[in-house]
Amino acid sequence: MICKKNAAQVYLTQIEGDKMKKVDVCEECAKHKGLNDSAGFAIADLLLGLGASHEMAEASGGLGIKCPACGFTDADFKKAGRLGCSQCYPSFAEGLEALLKTMHKGTKHVGKTPHSFKQSRDLTDRLKNLQKKLDKAVSEEDFEQAAGLRDEIRSTKDQINNLEPGLKP
Amino acid sequence: MTIHEFLSPPAETARRAGPHDRIVLSSRVRLARNLRGHAFPGWAKKAERVKALEVIRPAVESLPQLANAFSETMDNMGPLDKQILVERHLISREHQTKGAGSGLVLNKEESLCVMINEEDHLRMQALRPGLQIRQAWVAIDQVDSELEKRLDYAFSAELGYLTACPTNLGTGIRASAMLHLPGLVLAEQINQIISSVNKLGLAVRGLYGEGTEALGNVFQVSNQMTLGEVETDIVDRLNKVLQQIIEHEQNARGTLLEKKPKLVFNQIGRAYGNLANAHIISSKETMNLLSLMRLGVDLEMFPGVDRALIDELFVVTQPAHLQRQFTEKLAAEERDLLRADMLRERLRHIARPSPKAPGNVPGMLDKRN
Repeated sequence: MICKKNAAQVYLTQIEGDKMKKVDVCEECAKHKGLNDSAGFAIADLLLGLGASHEMAEASGGLGIKCPACGFTDADFKKAGRLGCSQCYPSFAEGLEALLKTMHKGTKHVGKTPHSFKQSRDLTDRLKNLQKKLDKAVSEEDFEQAAGLRDEIRSTKDQINNLEPGLKP
Repeated sequence: MTIHEFLSPPAETARRAGPHDRIVLSSRVRLARNLRGHAFPGWAKKAERVKALEVIRPAVESLPQLANAFSETMDNMGPLDKQILVERHLISREHQTKGAGSGLVLNKEESLCVMINEEDHLRMQALRPGLQIRQAWVAIDQVDSELEKRLDYAFSAELGYLTACPTNLGTGIRASAMLHLPGLVLAEQINQIISSVNKLGLAVRGLYGEGTEALGNVFQVSNQMTLGEVETDIVDRLNKVLQQIIEHEQNARGTLLEKKPKLVFNQIGRAYGNLANAHIISSKETMNLLSLMRLGVDLEMFPGVDRALIDELFVVTQPAHLQRQFTEKLAAEERDLLRADMLRERLRHIARPSPKAPGNVPGMLDKRN
């Protein structure tokens, strides 16, 4: 159901290629969305809320955006209401931002983080921290400390280089 | 081993007990995960999906929690097998339509179920009888933590776990419970409950999830938002709302018995009458009537009848389960005859319901569990 208020009256099944999508809609929403006119409606709007496909089209400035990683376009999003690959998120970031705001509690992830990712984040944070300390030590001409910090920086960089390719910052 | 041999018989699964299981049929937490560098299943070409499946399936099978699991690709399962899995709430209707390049891994207890290449590369779920959302979260969190050592997840510090649909982005979590709410339906309070639950950012759906009607007074309540909140907060918030719904259902039952006992006895008596005497009955009507009989059992109007019998009938009267008992392909009309035969036989020894005096319905309130 879209409006989540009235009982569904229109049970819509749309087949695209080999995919089948089912949406249940109340009469009012069906009329509102012009569901009798199957050419004129976007599944993205049904799945993600009214205006979702507009949001994406707006962000592309009508020119169309294509994900460089998987070739998915904003027109595909309008049809499917789903994205093509994980790289689509940066590719369509602008259009998605407004969408995520209406959809979720926040726009920044605060939940679980994969352990390996946490490790890489911790290492990056440590590297930044050490760099700052080194700059300070150099400016204070504390070369003994600076030498120690340089070694630590080198070993942290090695650890980062040893991470899985996907986890490198 | 086929899925038929693997699955526990419904008579057994109906006996699985959990807290508040008069009202909460089951709890579920599912997580959506995807692999880095692979297109999402809906956009990937078949060859890419097969490749992703070849990476994911062995990783899932190697989990200690899924030792001795059933593991199969969806193209190796027939339409009847898949429909049975849907009727058992083990796979989604979307996964049912999948073929080559998608798979399923299910543990022996039917408490962990991993769909591979459904909408996302991984849809893993933990299932528990009764109200056990937290326990389900803990179980699936452990599976996920094991799996992340074996697979390279698509994850971003900013947006969390990246999912095919932006509605699942972030935590990828969907915590839900299946509730049996005949009291609220009879008292005509259900719409009010649904709309206030919706206002809290939770979704209420029918028996088979997204876009299905509430057959048999069974409703699924789940979180909708997945980004910007930690998993345990999402789970706890849902848990609190569920406890309130349980209370409302108990109150509705109590008030109905007090104010409109005849209405309740009438509904339950008629449900029993039809189920025990029908010669033609659809699965939809069966579910709606079984729901009322289940209420009758809760209200101790059927002395000596175990609720598990009703829950078993709920499953075995559904189309695919019914079809499975016969070799020849049955038309819907034939199923309606055989379903009625089965119900008359199984309810043969059950005496007609005996109404309790109002205010004297022991165990009516759900305090014991």
